[in-house]
Amino acid sequence: MAKRVGIEVSIAIAEAAKLARSEVIPAYPITPQTHIVEHLSEFVASGELDAEFIPVESEHAAMSCCCGSSAAGARTFTSSSSQGLSLMSEILYIPSTMRLPIVMVVANRALSAPISIWNDHQDIMVQRDIGWIQTFAENGQEAFDLTLHAFRVAEDRRVSLPMIVNIDGFTLSHVIEPIEILSQEEVDGYLPPFKPRYKLDPKKPITMGPVGIPEVYTEAKMAHSEAIKASKRVIIKAWQEFADMFGRQYNPVETYRCEDADVMLVTMGSISETAMTAVDKMREAGQQVGLVRIRLWRPFPSQEFRRAAGKAKVLAVIDRCLPPGAVCGPVGAELRSLFYKVPGSPKIFSFVAGLGGRDVTVERFEEIVDKARAYAKKRPRELFEVIGVREK
Amino acid sequence: MANTDAIVGWKTITFGCHVMEPGNSVNFRTGDWRSQRPVLDKEKCIKCGMCWIFCPDMAYTQTEEGYFEADMEYCKGCGICAHECPKDAIEMVTEEG
Ligand code: SF4
Ligand code: SF4
Repeated sequence: MAKRVGIEVSIAIAEAAKLARSEVIPAYPITPQTHIVEHLSEFVASGELDAEFIPVESEHAAMSCCCGSSAAGARTFTSSSSQGLSLMSEILYIPSTMRLPIVMVVANRALSAPISIWNDHQDIMVQRDIGWIQTFAENGQEAFDLTLHAFRVAEDRRVSLPMIVNIDGFTLSHVIEPIEILSQEEVDGYLPPFKPRYKLDPKKPITMGPVGIPEVYTEAKMAHSEAIKASKRVIIKAWQEFADMFGRQYNPVETYRCEDADVMLVTMGSISETAMTAVDKMREAGQQVGLVRIRLWRPFPSQEFRRAAGKAKVLAVIDRCLPPGAVCGPVGAELRSLFYKVPGSPKIFSFVAGLGGRDVTVERFEEIVDKARAYAKKRPRELFEVIGVREK
Repeated sequence: MANTDAIVGWKTITFGCHVMEPGNSVNFRTGDWRSQRPVLDKEKCIKCGMCWIFCPDMAYTQTEEGYFEADMEYCKGCGICAHECPKDAIEMVTEEG
């Protein structure tokens, strides 16, 4: 087992993409993803990584190049964030239905206006339905591990779908953490070479991305939808194998001190670690509080979530995204749908917190739990509530 | 309409909706929504082949006499051939019915 080293999470992710033997990296730098791409370009320039690094003119071009290189059968990696991810939007829907297993790390960041380079989840929630598999990392080690896992799952011939690993901008990307960097032999043992089911090959020409007339469009989308649903088994199995080889176990949904908890917080990403501290504090004070963390966002792990949180009386769901004019945040809405008319299911209250780099502190989590308890007795007037906003 | 025999369900649709058979558009009638058709005046035609070069649907083939004839299964009536013909030998005529 390799030693843990103090390393910036972005550099660890670049190491993961290198150890995965990425072959083509089309990328455009954007804060706070920059260090990932910068380090990869250095690896390529120094000859440490035998890959094509394509310094494209925009994120739109980056994702277009990713589609081309993946279609040609190359292991393809890129990374983006915020406005850059939005600029990719037009292309993002394409590789998923075309079943091109691109791997992308998104350093989550707010969207303008006002201009913000800081962390929240609005950038990725805009892209919720692009049909990529999506995971959320809680810490640096997980960011490294999930990146390797993403290649393994995306390229599995039963899956063959693109995959995003979400990491919180700055909170993860710019923090130095003790991370165990696996050796090349270990990674090679986990990740076999990419063998696409189909590729663009002049000797055996096929057309990728044809017109889908009304008679076939629904069927093409349905095939994609069923493929991502079916990918869950492979995602879980690849995590299991990762645990067997390297000792770290990941699950689609994780619980923390949920035994006998009547109120459960629900989080995604790095705020989960603060939430654990908050749960410890509230438990010490005698409260029956637990935490459910969603690691796999797409495909949504419905059964696993029901199993993890179905016994709670109250769920306090935290969205790091404010959808103006909507009924509630995307994670809140997902869970309300999941439990709709399920007998004995928890009451679900939706909170929005941690926008544009605003810290979600232990005290905020306590406030959220208090409010959720109060709302369980007397329904709130609003269907979601913004936490920590100054009312003046 | 497209050839509905080729239409599949979601379980049988090709992987990624790829077209696995190159050049299979010859299997589909694509010209039936045409509103105009090109009509050639052989008196004017110099057999230069510009119509054949420019036709975006590759509807033209050369006949034994050397003239170029558009296949009405595939001609979409765009009029590009008529526009490009250096001798104004092609006239676009409205389809009846
Ligand atoms: S472009 Fe005109 S002149 Fe030339 S071959 Fe066609 S019809 Fe004849
Ligand atoms: S009208 Fe258009 S499609 Fe028809 S033969 Fe002329 S160029 Fe080709």
